[in-house]
Amino acid sequence: MYSVADLKKGLKITLDGDPYLVVAFDFVKPGKGQALYRTKMRNMINGTLLDRTYRSGESFEPASLEERQMEYLYKEGEHYTFMDQQTYEQIVMEESAMGDAKNYLLENLKVDVMIFGEKAIGISLPNFVNLRVTETEQWAKGDTSGNDSKPATVETGYVLRVPPFIEEGELIVIDTRTGEYSTRVKG
Amino acid sequence: MKIAALKLRAQVVKSIRDFFWERGFLEVETPLLIPANAPEEYINPVIALPSHQLQTSPEICMKRLLSRGYDRIFQISHCWRSDERGSRHLSEFTMLEWYRSDSDYYTLMDDCKDLLQFVASRCLPDKRLFIHNTIEIDPFAPWKLFTVEEAFSRFTHTKVWDTLRNEAYEEILTSNIEPALAKYKTPVILMDYPKELASLARTKPDNIELAERFELYVGGLELANGFSELIDPVEQRFRFEEANRIRHKNGEAILPLPEPFLKTLADMPPSAGIALGVDRLVMLTAGVDSIDEIVAFTPEEL
Repeated sequence: MYSVADLKKGLKITLDGDPYLVVAFDFVKPGKGQALYRTKMRNMINGTLLDRTYRSGESFEPASLEERQMEYLYKEGEHYTFMDQQTYEQIVMEESAMGDAKNYLLENLKVDVMIFGEKAIGISLPNFVNLRVTETEQWAKGDTSGNDSKPATVETGYVLRVPPFIEEGELIVIDTRTGEYSTRVKG
Repeated sequence: MKIAALKLRAQVVKSIRDFFWERGFLEVETPLLIPANAPEEYINPVIALPSHQLQTSPEICMKRLLSRGYDRIFQISHCWRSDERGSRHLSEFTMLEWYRSDSDYYTLMDDCKDLLQFVASRCLPDKRLFIHNTIEIDPFAPWKLFTVEEAFSRFTHTKVWDTLRNEAYEEILTSNIEPALAKYKTPVILMDYPKELASLARTKPDNIELAERFELYVGGLELANGFSELIDPVEQRFRFEEANRIRHKNGEAILPLPEPFLKTLADMPPSAGIALGVDRLVMLTAGVDSIDEIVAFTPEEL
């Protein structure tokens, strides 16, 4: 259990059954009065922000979050299935909790899955992933339109801008933090 | 680097000293390690030894000096209050207290005005304006004065007595009243607090529900708390025991009473005393909104 005196930015607690991250915190104490602890918290599942004020004596359940390295297996409807490589235990994650990560998920990719209780609530990807271009227009040599990029679709269905010289079938490196093209994989 | 802030801090402390020296106050040093503070409902002393606490305020010893006949004294000293840490709080902080015998809280209000004007003219680049949360506050313009009851009726939809009953006093004060006071471009004084909120202050001669206590706000920042001292030892002991009763109810430790203080309180002339947060005065002078910016080390850096 945490007490209000433990509250600080970055603390993760459980509230009404959901994990929350404390994103802002201030201690207020009017002269001779009781201390108030004002917090702003973000729901780690749906991202909503919450303002709460606490008083001395209140306590909190820590959010028992666990990060496990897992392998992405397959998608069925809106459910993504991951497997723990040590225990072979499988866990299913809803598309709504995936955020942008679904743009980069290829079968057998190893990711860190954040687990709250029994529930997968987020994944962190490697900073860079390699994905093959499945569709992009041919670059006409001598094109003078001045465009220095063009749209391309990769094997996960994600569409991004790539340099004109990238061709269909090429493997490119994407920065998962920005979603942008980084470089191409030669060979 | 904090060198500019620390230079300014030294300048503010020096001008406080000059102010009181020039006015004939005696600068005193009283022990920081004491057997008992004045027990308060919501202040937890640091227990430094099995038999001793660090002072939460120098008030106990300074009032004993009044009982011994000293008439105008001041002290700048460190105080400790457990678990108080925020953008305006440090567990260890610097307090200025001054006391006058044969005076009441009105004299202290005048002192506050003179002191802030003195510090402003000595330490501020334009010799005039304090800054808090981008609001400029002019200590030379006429100060605003509200009773606590007026402030509640003007800035809230509730009465102070109701908020005390509903345990909503702190919430309303900090979310409705202090933000309203922050809009004034002069210092603001809130005066005449419910007796429950002033355990060491005397009540008003014409209303025993109210105490002669005031708070000084600059830019919405609570800077000083002063009052006409209670000098009735029986009443004072009762209020200390009441504070301990509330502490017990809230699951807080019962605190020892400062017996020698209670014993000599009967010898104390009618007096007035006030505590002012030096760190916060430096914040206003530097125009910064976090106490971290004007101390050499924050607790987290130790």
